[in-house]
Amino acid sequence: MASLVPLLKAEHLTMRFGGVVANDDITFTLEEMELRCLIGPNGAGKSTFFKTLTGQLVPTSGEIAFRGQPIAGKLSHEIARMGIGIKTQVPNVFNGLSVRENIWLAVRRKATPRAQRPAVDAVLEMTRLTDHADRIVATLAHGQRQWVEIGMVLAAEPELILLDEPAAGMTDEETFHTAAIIREINQTRAIIVVEHDMEFIKQIAKKVTVFHQGRVLVEDTVAKVLADQRVRDVYLGKKVAA
Amino acid sequence: MPVRFRFAAQAVAVVLAIIAIALIPGMIELFAVMQLTLFAAMAVLALSLAFIWGFGGILSFGQTAFFGLGGYAYAVAAINFQDSTPAILLAIVVPSLFAALLGYFIFFGRISDVYLGVITLTVTLILFNCLNSTSGDGYRIGKALLGGFNGIPSVPTFNVPFYPAEVLSPEQSWWTTAAALLAVFLLLRLLLALPAGRVIVAVRENEVRASLLGYDPRLVKLLTFILSGGIAGLAGALYVNWGAFVSPTIFSLSLSAEIIIWITVGGLGTLLGPIVGCVLIEYIVAYIGSQQALNSNLVLGAVLIVFVLLLPKGLVPTARDLLMRLVPAPKSKAQLADAQALPSAAPSHLAGAE
Repeated sequence: MASLVPLLKAEHLTMRFGGVVANDDITFTLEEMELRCLIGPNGAGKSTFFKTLTGQLVPTSGEIAFRGQPIAGKLSHEIARMGIGIKTQVPNVFNGLSVRENIWLAVRRKATPRAQRPAVDAVLEMTRLTDHADRIVATLAHGQRQWVEIGMVLAAEPELILLDEPAAGMTDEETFHTAAIIREINQTRAIIVVEHDMEFIKQIAKKVTVFHQGRVLVEDTVAKVLADQRVRDVYLGKKVAA
Repeated sequence: MPVRFRFAAQAVAVVLAIIAIALIPGMIELFAVMQLTLFAAMAVLALSLAFIWGFGGILSFGQTAFFGLGGYAYAVAAINFQDSTPAILLAIVVPSLFAALLGYFIFFGRISDVYLGVITLTVTLILFNCLNSTSGDGYRIGKALLGGFNGIPSVPTFNVPFYPAEVLSPEQSWWTTAAALLAVFLLLRLLLALPAGRVIVAVRENEVRASLLGYDPRLVKLLTFILSGGIAGLAGALYVNWGAFVSPTIFSLSLSAEIIIWITVGGLGTLLGPIVGCVLIEYIVAYIGSQQALNSNLVLGAVLIVFVLLLPKGLVPTARDLLMRLVPAPKSKAQLADAQALPSAAPSHLAGAE
């Protein structure tokens, strides 16, 4: 069993902010090409988990290995260069630059100068931003800015893609399109998606991990997780009731 | 097509600037030429802050530290070598190295923006006090006596490169200083159009996003800081060449504040604006100085308040916006100009409005 190194392996990961334990002894494994959904109520530690994976936070204790290489405590740009890309919960884009320039900044780290323009055009096409390519990102609607960030993450061609609430603020049609894109990129890459929208998760998910109070509560297929009474209690129950 | 038009317009502007620089000494009296030489030297200093603040997003109060170091490095080297050629070079290299050292601790130590302001300000004061206390024969570097508060008088001015006997005339000094200003302007223009320059702007726009894409913001900011320090150092050499004199007042806080006013008046996030602002303000200060009716600091303060309240974008971006409104036809050109020249001021304004 130990012959294959998983793409991502977090062991006994703990993140404390003073007295608050945001992540409590999390052990998490992701295989190559896997598509995983991460769900859990607000404050369950999902975004904190993403931040420790991308070097925005240094975990209090525990190990993270990306293809066997330790990454806990490394700086964000070092981890990005190893091949982890993230769309953060609050859109992190270059507001004062044009859409094209945003995408180009992600493309140029890997692509040769000649390959850059077609690569940018392809990403613009995929994220349906071609018509807005020359607009300043700050002037776009929230949903479109989400697309710009997703576009940047795709353009950088990471090995592992982390998407923190990619469908937030999108219309049903846009959400559907996002699901289609996620399935498409999952043909070649591993993805972890944090989402609240259960319909969206049903569209894309294979395996689901449920976070609750900083711990992993359940990890199973969508159907089994949705049927799980504990999950209903902590998360879905509230959602249904609301 | 608009891009090509824009480029042609800029090329024409540069040619006109060169012609103006060449012809000015023949058109106005010598005193005015020398005053313009001073303005041009100060405009180089303005560009150094315009670059790091407007495009790097780093508000450094320490540009006068590099300016003064450049001035002193030039003076000491010019006295020792009796040739301005290596002295000008040292006036760029010494502040750059100092910026590299200081910047390394600031950016790699992850010191936040506020403290960066405090540190750069403090370093300027420390340099002022250090050089202030160098009176006496003990404080000399080679043949150059530092002279404490009195500074270094009769510093050799620029000569034809490698010909120390061929000292430049005031007209030639004007040409050299103005050419240096134009060269720095074009160099920064070019840099900002290159991928490296776009990355500098990207880090200003969103440091977290830049690092999540694999750019090291610490390194980008350090290089920006070093380049801007080198430019300020060159400005110091040009300034000392103008007056043939340097004293610790070159590190004065009032000058640090004045540069910020130049840029606020001219337009943050542009390169042309700070030059315009610098020349305008310096002209006003010089004019008031010759009148004695008003205190120049009072007027400077009033000008700053008026601009912050009424023209927060500054002269050049406001003029450009007005021009765009008058000529609405080439719309894509307008968007391009926005995207390239003032990503800071206008769009952040828009973002705030949303």
